[in-house]
Amino acid sequence: MTDPVLQLNDLHKNFGGLVVTDGVTLDIGPGELHAVIGPNGAGKTTLINQISGLLAPTAGTISFNGIDVTGLPVDKRAKLGLARSFQITSVLPRFSALENVALAVQARGQTSYRFFGRADRERAVNDAAGAALAEVGLAERGQTLAAHLSHGEKRALELAIAVAMQPKLLLLDEPMAGTGREESARLVDVLKRLKGRFSMLLVEHDMTAVFALADRISVLTYGRILANGTPDAVRADPKVIAAYLGEEME
Amino acid sequence: MTQTLAASSVLPSQQTGRVGALSAVIFLVLALVPFGAAFGPESYVLGLFTRVMVFAVAALALDFICGYGGLVSFGHAAFVGIGAYAVGILGAHGITETLVSLPAAMLTSAIFAYLTGTVCLRTKSVYFIMITLAFGQMAYFIAGSLALYGGDDGLTVRLRSTLLGFPILQNDRAFYYFVLFSLFVVYFVFRVIVYSRFGRVFRGARENPTRMATLGFDVFRFQRVGYVISGAVGGLSGFLLANATEFVSPAYMSWQRSGELIIMILLGGLGTLHGAIIGAAAYLLIEEALSGITEQWKLIFGPLLVLIVLFARGGLLGLADRIRGKLGRD
Repeated sequence: MTDPVLQLNDLHKNFGGLVVTDGVTLDIGPGELHAVIGPNGAGKTTLINQISGLLAPTAGTISFNGIDVTGLPVDKRAKLGLARSFQITSVLPRFSALENVALAVQARGQTSYRFFGRADRERAVNDAAGAALAEVGLAERGQTLAAHLSHGEKRALELAIAVAMQPKLLLLDEPMAGTGREESARLVDVLKRLKGRFSMLLVEHDMTAVFALADRISVLTYGRILANGTPDAVRADPKVIAAYLGEEME
Repeated sequence: MTQTLAASSVLPSQQTGRVGALSAVIFLVLALVPFGAAFGPESYVLGLFTRVMVFAVAALALDFICGYGGLVSFGHAAFVGIGAYAVGILGAHGITETLVSLPAAMLTSAIFAYLTGTVCLRTKSVYFIMITLAFGQMAYFIAGSLALYGGDDGLTVRLRSTLLGFPILQNDRAFYYFVLFSLFVVYFVFRVIVYSRFGRVFRGARENPTRMATLGFDVFRFQRVGYVISGAVGGLSGFLLANATEFVSPAYMSWQRSGELIIMILLGGLGTLHGAIIGAAAYLLIEEALSGITEQWKLIFGPLLVLIVLFARGGLLGLADRIRGKLGRD
């Protein structure tokens, strides 16, 4: 059996009296695409924030590739190979699309404490960044300022940045949020192509996308995992239908 | 505030051509000033433009962290003052060699920047402004309490710094070109840094620090390095100021001075570097002209600054751009 890439062990998070994560235990194997679904307020984004390091859990441990990262800051986790995208697009608005991705390439390469030599003329970095842009269909938009991209293109740019990091695990926080049907389908295609190259944890409301992509699904309600299994098993689970999927499956 | 301030800066890739021409003009004019001055009140003109360049060095230091790093420091005069005091204190003990006092001035300011930056950079936006102001005032009061070195009255620098033992900086013209050379080096170094790998991370941290952290950058450490560089250049400006005025005083560190530096970079155009030079020149020359007309010159200067900030977003450079744009359309 292969060791899991990510292991959440009895994770708890309280905001004062409010319990947002309530004993979550979860494994993600190499190359696995694991979807976390659940109603609004179930604690999905909070879970992602704890894994990526933006929030500290109240109790429990997070181990990544066998290393306990529970106390590590965000940038150290990223260096270990943990990438994430944001529910609300989070790019550098006044950097070009290419430069946004180039920064991700630069981050995993040699030191960035270099004070001379034009960063924007580094061939190897630009080529790698260009390749990542091409993978998400933004090859033509490299020189456009991120602020001037359409919403769907920004979502794709987030993916390109994550891909360029060459992560071991990618946390995707509603990558389709706010996109139209067509754009959403395009992003699903991109994710299908990326699948298997690294592990992914996908939080998404778009059930068509989730069932098209996921190897395994965990259903989160009130901060607790209600069910966990293959898409077919989850789809058939009466608890899940009652709590969440109900009407959507008609 | 950080947001609106930073909004006027442009990506370096889009300004390369124009920047080259503009900076060439600026430095050419500055290099020719002594020749023009020979026809008029020479020492007055030389003194005035030396002062402009000294403050331009300090404004460049501020523009680097403020315009490119998004860190609005309201205590930058402290670095200038510390650099000046390094010259004054060493001078009081008979050490006047540039090769000693210049590194001492920059190193002391850099250490102060490292220590205060370690605290300041944990905060953001308006809290950052307030805490840099607090550290600036702290330096101001400490300087005022140095009874051995003149206390509130400050101390006189009896001899300008020597260069390799030679008193060539005694000559106003030589000193002018020494300051111009310093300004050029500072401008050039900042220009290179802004385009470099480090500069890219530093600029990125202004745009979106959370995103930078999730890419794997330790934002705090990058910002602290930028802050220390800026502080060291502030110290250089202080070294030049002490030699230009041949006097050192706590007033160099007052919050009004820090405010003037902020006004200078806003006036010239934030996050452009050459804007810092233009802003320093505009500020000091307008001040000089108005104070020649009336003793109550601040009554005119104040509203003038308000008008410029209101109607010339992007500073004087931005204004020039828009006028050119209008003419182009007609």
